[in-house]
Amino acid sequence: MKKYSAFSLIRNALSHNRKWREAWRSPEPKSDYDVIIVGGGGHGLATAYYLAKEHGIRNVAVLEKGWIGGGNTGRNTTIVRSNYLWTEASLLYEQSMKLWEGLSQDLNYNVMFSQRGVYNLGHTLQDMRDIERRVNANRLNGIDAEVVNAEQVGKAIPFINTSPDARYPILGASLQRRAGVARHDAVAWGFARAADARGVDIIEQCEVTGINREGDKVTGVETTRGTINAPRVGVVVAGNASVLAAMAGLRLPIESHPLQAFVSEPLKPVIDTVIMSNAVHGYISQSDKGELVIGAGIDAYNGYGQRGSFHTIEHTMQAIIELFPVLSRVRMLRQWGGIVDVCPDACPIISKTPVGGLYFNCGWGTGGFKATPGSGWAFAHTIAQDRPHELNAPFDLERFTTGALIDEHGAAAVAH
Amino acid sequence: MLLIECPWCGERAETEFSYGGEAGIARPPDPDVLSDAEWADYLFNRSNPRGAHRELWNHAQGCRRWFGVERDTVTYRIAGSFRLSDGSDNREG
Repeated sequence: MKKYSAFSLIRNALSHNRKWREAWRSPEPKSDYDVIIVGGGGHGLATAYYLAKEHGIRNVAVLEKGWIGGGNTGRNTTIVRSNYLWTEASLLYEQSMKLWEGLSQDLNYNVMFSQRGVYNLGHTLQDMRDIERRVNANRLNGIDAEVVNAEQVGKAIPFINTSPDARYPILGASLQRRAGVARHDAVAWGFARAADARGVDIIEQCEVTGINREGDKVTGVETTRGTINAPRVGVVVAGNASVLAAMAGLRLPIESHPLQAFVSEPLKPVIDTVIMSNAVHGYISQSDKGELVIGAGIDAYNGYGQRGSFHTIEHTMQAIIELFPVLSRVRMLRQWGGIVDVCPDACPIISKTPVGGLYFNCGWGTGGFKATPGSGWAFAHTIAQDRPHELNAPFDLERFTTGALIDEHGAAAVAH
Repeated sequence: MLLIECPWCGERAETEFSYGGEAGIARPPDPDVLSDAEWADYLFNRSNPRGAHRELWNHAQGCRRWFGVERDTVTYRIAGSFRLSDGSDNREG
């Protein structure tokens, strides 16, 4: 891998940018690997990267049915934060946050991680009590968090409507200053390039159609490009987790829903932070290109169609205009949907399964992007050691049998 | 937006309805005899198919009755609605 640097920029500029090498190879799949990762999204690529980097397992294939960055990794609203309520969840997301903070250097790829802060607004007294509780829980876990009042919100975010006469007046917010956004495509490309450089085969246009077993051990997968064998298979396919689980004869506590997002026409800089509101239910930030990046809640019904219903769009726009009346005449440029895998407790599953050598990483629901490095890091550990790291041990499949759920609904700063 | 047929009120816009998830999940008649895993399967696990899905809807802004819909989860095309009291489903109508 050619290292990217200021010098390489200048050198390639002098040759009219015609000599850039491909960022990762496009190898033919081999018949055998040590580990197969199903799913070439951010989480899958991060898993492969940390398998190679932290555990020395380089004979790894990442199988992607489409192209790298074409699924949820390229469809989210790029928010990164770690201010979850429960200790189990906040430590996992904080591990991810720490990896984000060094990720561009680690990958030698600018993921444009921008710690511009995230405000989670409170609109009722109960919202504010929940915010204070969550902020205190975060601080006890060593995670930066503070409570701000409506005046401070109004000062920090000039165009937000903090009028006490608003339909849902803003009473205050939690603020995590280390939170922010990252460039989602760059995260996928950066992990792909860095994993490839360590020997990982990234195989695009290769859909898994079956999971092969011998007794209760996994032996590999059937794909649209033939049989590929491996004693260990890690599945991290977001919305399609139940489909892959069914191939192995497993049932998961997951339902797939469409989650829509939008960008506006590009504007001059107007919002320099991230604002989320649980009560009116919308979230917004502004990309470096000037587009407002907007999201909200899932469509209620089960769906795999990567699109949702129009009234969900309307609901989202109502929320954004409630917060920012100044944006009422902004036109939306694009709208799309991704398929999110929602767990009953709004927490992920990073777990071994009853099938030996088969691992699942799923259930991230509406909030997986922020966890990309931490999820891959923990999943790589689980696969390499055949046991979870202590950070992801609480997130095993067994919790639905034992009842040790980690209920992040609503408490996770925005409804899922 | 989906156009959903309520068996009692006819075709109405999706915004009149609320969603109830997978249909046909019967509460075990005697939960005490179940293992924890069987109870968890009833409580949490879902088939979540990619394709034909039988699901519950409630006409919340209309007659407020529950009924079933068969819908494709990829194309979102609705094959039809059914009354739960037909015996075609295990939940009470």
